[in-house]
Amino acid sequence: MTLLTVQDLAVARGGLRTVEGVTFDLEAGQALILRGPNGVGKTTLLRTVAGLQAPVAGRIAMPEDCLAYAAHADGLKPALTAAENLTFWAQVFGGGGTDAALAAMDLTALAHRPAAALSAGQKRRLGLARLLVTGRPLWVLDEPTVSLDAASVARFAEVLGAHLGQGGAALIATHIDLGLPQARVLDLTPFRARPGSAPATRASGFNEAFA
Amino acid sequence: MIALLIRDLRLATRAGGGFGLGVAFFLILSALVPFGVGPDRATLAPVAPGILWVGALLACLLSLDRIFALDHEDGSLDLLATAPLPLEAAVAIKALAHWITTGLPLVVSAPLFGILLQLPVQAMPWLVASLALGTPALSMLGAFGAAITVGLRRGGLLLSLLVLPLYIPTLIFGAEITRRGAEGMATATPLMFLAGITLGVLALIPFAAAAALRVNLR
Repeated sequence: MTLLTVQDLAVARGGLRTVEGVTFDLEAGQALILRGPNGVGKTTLLRTVAGLQAPVAGRIAMPEDCLAYAAHADGLKPALTAAENLTFWAQVFGGGGTDAALAAMDLTALAHRPAAALSAGQKRRLGLARLLVTGRPLWVLDEPTVSLDAASVARFAEVLGAHLGQGGAALIATHIDLGLPQARVLDLTPFRARPGSAPATRASGFNEAFA
Repeated sequence: MIALLIRDLRLATRAGGGFGLGVAFFLILSALVPFGVGPDRATLAPVAPGILWVGALLACLLSLDRIFALDHEDGSLDLLATAPLPLEAAVAIKALAHWITTGLPLVVSAPLFGILLQLPVQAMPWLVASLALGTPALSMLGAFGAAITVGLRRGGLLLSLLVLPLYIPTLIFGAEITRRGAEGMATATPLMFLAGITLGVLALIPFAAAAALRVNLR
């Protein structure tokens, strides 16, 4: 089953195109890793796929209610405990399995600590555990391994592998090797928008809010 | 939706959540005004409805920027926007949570502060009724202002400038209900107007605020 189809996609940040002409699709069980230098538009592309901003050109198609997005920020409330944070997202997404998700990311012992008392790596693990409780098949991950130690990266790769094995798919922007044999790599550098292919100057009266 | 409401209420009541801040401000204002204006009934009673309503308005304003700014900082707003919950519903729920933590305590404690300001006893039910009808509109309009200013650092002042003009109709009719109640006049007309304003705001603002959020999240 195709979980995500992206055709001839162009995205823009601050009114200027970053990448254009990106085409790929993701079947169940596949992972696609986006690479490219800083500022090439990986985050912008992921935010566009997640529906947080509109594409400049091209088409994004996916089945309804299939996407879970994990950004640079983990979306944790410092005053709530790890378990409360996770339970909230499980309820919002109508998923479950909070305990299993905590166990999968090795957080069971920390379940009743307030998120403010977790370390950066532990927070990130909690943020990634959120993906498990959403019950969504397509994971869109923006630098998921930031501040994780080697053991946690291996653990996350294991979780990701299991997710792919169960018919999930993942679109990941990362600079490190996750050790996923089934993952394809897409380098965004050749798709960098060329000045001249789009209007170099903004039209008068340009307003990003209404672009 | 219930989960979001429970989370917001829980956050408000935990350390640093700001629960009770509005009531504390209301108390300070009502306790200070008699010192400034003089404690006798003849001077305080005529201005009491207006001061109580202005106090309620400013107390409400205090915690407005928290509605979306905190969620935006820690990234949960992005995640909420990609969640199955419609953004309009998230706005409505967050405004409701703001009202429960700010507006409702004001409604409940208002008679006490009315006594401090020598408000006649026959006006108390009208004060409570007008606040109960008016404060939901204050929270919802505030959510709209918070949605517009969500990406801005220190957007609190701009938020106040945007929102206060929108509060004026609610203030006029709310204070008028209380004033008429104090003088024993008929209150039905301003009550109807206040209810109409609140219902209109509750019906329309979630859509406007959600649209503003979508623009700000890009």
